Amino acid sequence: MKFKVNGNEVFASTGGRPFDKKKPLIIFVHGSGLTHMTWVLQTRYFAFHGYSVLALDLPGHGLSGGKSLKSIEDMADWINSVIDSVGYKEASLVGHSQGCLITIECTARYPDKIKTLSLMGGAGAIPMNPELLALAENGDPKAVDLMMDWAHGPAGHFGGHPVPGLYHINTGGMLAKSRTIKETLAVDFRACDNYKNGFEAAKKIKIPTLSILATDDKMCPVKEGKKLADLIEGSKVDIIDNCGHMMLLEEADRVLKVLKLFITTNYPSK
Amino acid sequence: MSDKTKKGTDAKTYKFDTLSLHAGYQPHKNAGSRQVPIYQTTSYLFDDVDHAAALFNLERGGHIYSRISNPTVGVLEERVASLEGGTAALATSSGMSAIFLTVMTLCEAGDHLVVSSQLYGGTVNLFRLTLPKFGIKCTFVKPRDTEGFKKAIQKNTKGIFGELVGNPGNELMNMPEISKIAHEAGIPLIVDATYQTPYLCKPFEHGADIVVHSLTKWMAGHGSSMAGILVEGGNFDWMQNDKFPTMTKPYEGYHGLSFAEEFGPTAFTMKARAEGMRDFGPCLSPQNAWNVLQGIETLSVRMKKHCSNAEEMVKYLLGHESVAWVSHPSVPDHPDHELAKKLLPNGRGSMIAFGIKGGKDAGVAFINNVKLASHLANVGDTRTLVIHPASGTHSQMDEATLKFAGLSHDMIRLSVGIEDIDDIKNDFEIGFRAARKPRLVSNQ
Ligand SMILES: Cc1ncc(COP(=O)(O)O)c(C=O)c1O
Repeated sequence: MKFKVNGNEVFASTGGRPFDKKKPLIIFVHGSGLTHMTWVLQTRYFAFHGYSVLALDLPGHGLSGGKSLKSIEDMADWINSVIDSVGYKEASLVGHSQGCLITIECTARYPDKIKTLSLMGGAGAIPMNPELLALAENGDPKAVDLMMDWAHGPAGHFGGHPVPGLYHINTGGMLAKSRTIKETLAVDFRACDNYKNGFEAAKKIKIPTLSILATDDKMCPVKEGKKLADLIEGSKVDIIDNCGHMMLLEEADRVLKVLKLFITTNYPSK
Repeated sequence: MSDKTKKGTDAKTYKFDTLSLHAGYQPHKNAGSRQVPIYQTTSYLFDDVDHAAALFNLERGGHIYSRISNPTVGVLEERVASLEGGTAALATSSGMSAIFLTVMTLCEAGDHLVVSSQLYGGTVNLFRLTLPKFGIKCTFVKPRDTEGFKKAIQKNTKGIFGELVGNPGNELMNMPEISKIAHEAGIPLIVDATYQTPYLCKPFEHGADIVVHSLTKWMAGHGSSMAGILVEGGNFDWMQNDKFPTMTKPYEGYHGLSFAEEFGPTAFTMKARAEGMRDFGPCLSPQNAWNVLQGIETLSVRMKKHCSNAEEMVKYLLGHESVAWVSHPSVPDHPDHELAKKLLPNGRGSMIAFGIKGGKDAGVAFINNVKLASHLANVGDTRTLVIHPASGTHSQMDEATLKFAGLSHDMIRLSVGIEDIDDIKNDFEIGFRAARKPRLVSNQ
């Protein structure tokens, strides 16, 4: 669906069901340069099972208008504005990669609004590889190739997409190229690189939190994910074998199973 | 994303030859089986009622019924998608059904397509005679007439379709230019790349949006199995205009799903499967998918030999006293010689057409006397194949119709195999000797 936030048009997938304000809200926040489509194997399930779902396209990404926001802090405030704009008082947040930085910061800033937090391939900080950052800032499509290489585990490099007929690396690459690299991916990478408040924000989080990590994640290694989780009181950690950073697609069923249990337990729909 | 183990900025994703052996398959999820298992089954157990509903609602990935998808067929789909540089693919029971499903996914009654006039005969029939029965009309344009494609576009045109190298005239369509014309009109370019395989040309790199193949041919190579596939490039924006409501508007058949919104770069394949495969049903059997996979494993190795043998044969035929003319993009005076160099850098393919001196009778004698080359109605087998269209496939046509189809009485169509080149030439000598005889007789 489309709605306005701060005067700009925003697109969010509602998971194939009409948006229904009577149901509890789950917001999904994608990673660098990507779009709402990375969440297709989680969102539709929740939308068909008692939740209202918004898988957002960040400003300047996918089908959303406006320009890409330049800092994680601005993105966190923007998520808060999204919740207000759709007429909700509270929501559950789910983030992937850069989306984890955004949702951590958002939860720390708006503790009363956010009810559960689920992090996938998250870390307290995501310092960028300088070569990758330079490629993206030059608008070089090699940045996307490199990101897709590092974002998929050895198993994902062979394929084996859960949706028959889809090929991971090329699908991800197309998503990351759907808008200009300089104006989306590069801005996101720079925002990640600049963000230093992750660990401090984590210490403030007091709501149920889940971290899903993957053994072959080169972008946010398990070690980094655990370091973050250790700072969040009572947070749960689930580690997936044989899987890379794109766990929400590479091991979509496993991710859904863990997420389902976590959200339905901690933020049940009536 | 600080990756200290990585040096250099080249992605280390697998390359063509590796993908042709491995893409789409994970042994650790299949009992460690090194070879792709043949899932000879019609249907798949649901964990519970919720799982069943989730699969039907496209909430989760997975298999329901082998008309819609099958794990062995899925490996083939991913493999071809990876080799083409596409996002997704849907395999079908034949090349014809891949073309049909592509058109039915794209068009509705009242729509129109602009189509190259030099196509495989079966495809011509589909576009000329069968699709009009569904209310879909086509305008044919000669492949070299790039401007003609533009002029033929109407308000209700939903795509441009062509074969990169037309059959049997070997005329090339200027894919990069024609894709610009399509994109300016907000419609996709669909290319049948059967004759090239992704080893010779990846149409997505030259602006195509959807690629179709008859896998029956070079991709499989062994000539044992019928199969087809449609592959999606993932770059076409279905939402840029209101020409494709069945891609962009809520679809009744799936709880109001909008394929373009939900699946973006894989929307076309998702729709072709969810609607086309569900409702028309030309699914590929797992055994045939497996057979085709065996062929794809050696695609590069075979295509190299096909092309080097073809170039040898071109030289041999050009220098032969019994040959009137030779058509192949590698011949320097072929009108598309330069374009072919650009679009087909790894080889110009193994289809040759040549004229035999002595016309129709000589053609018949040649075909009846070669022993190694097989006389049959197929192309792209590992074995050398020959046919004389004027006396066989096109024997009902009069002179004018033959000419329109780019055929002549003296034409022999040759699909060069990967046998020892000397054996192919020796066999042709037998054919040419026999072809010269009727003339000697008639001269007396
Ligand atoms: C270029 C081309 N496209 C499509 C087809 C149809 O494929 P199939 O015979 O697998 O249905 C053929 C068959 O000869 C072909 O040559």
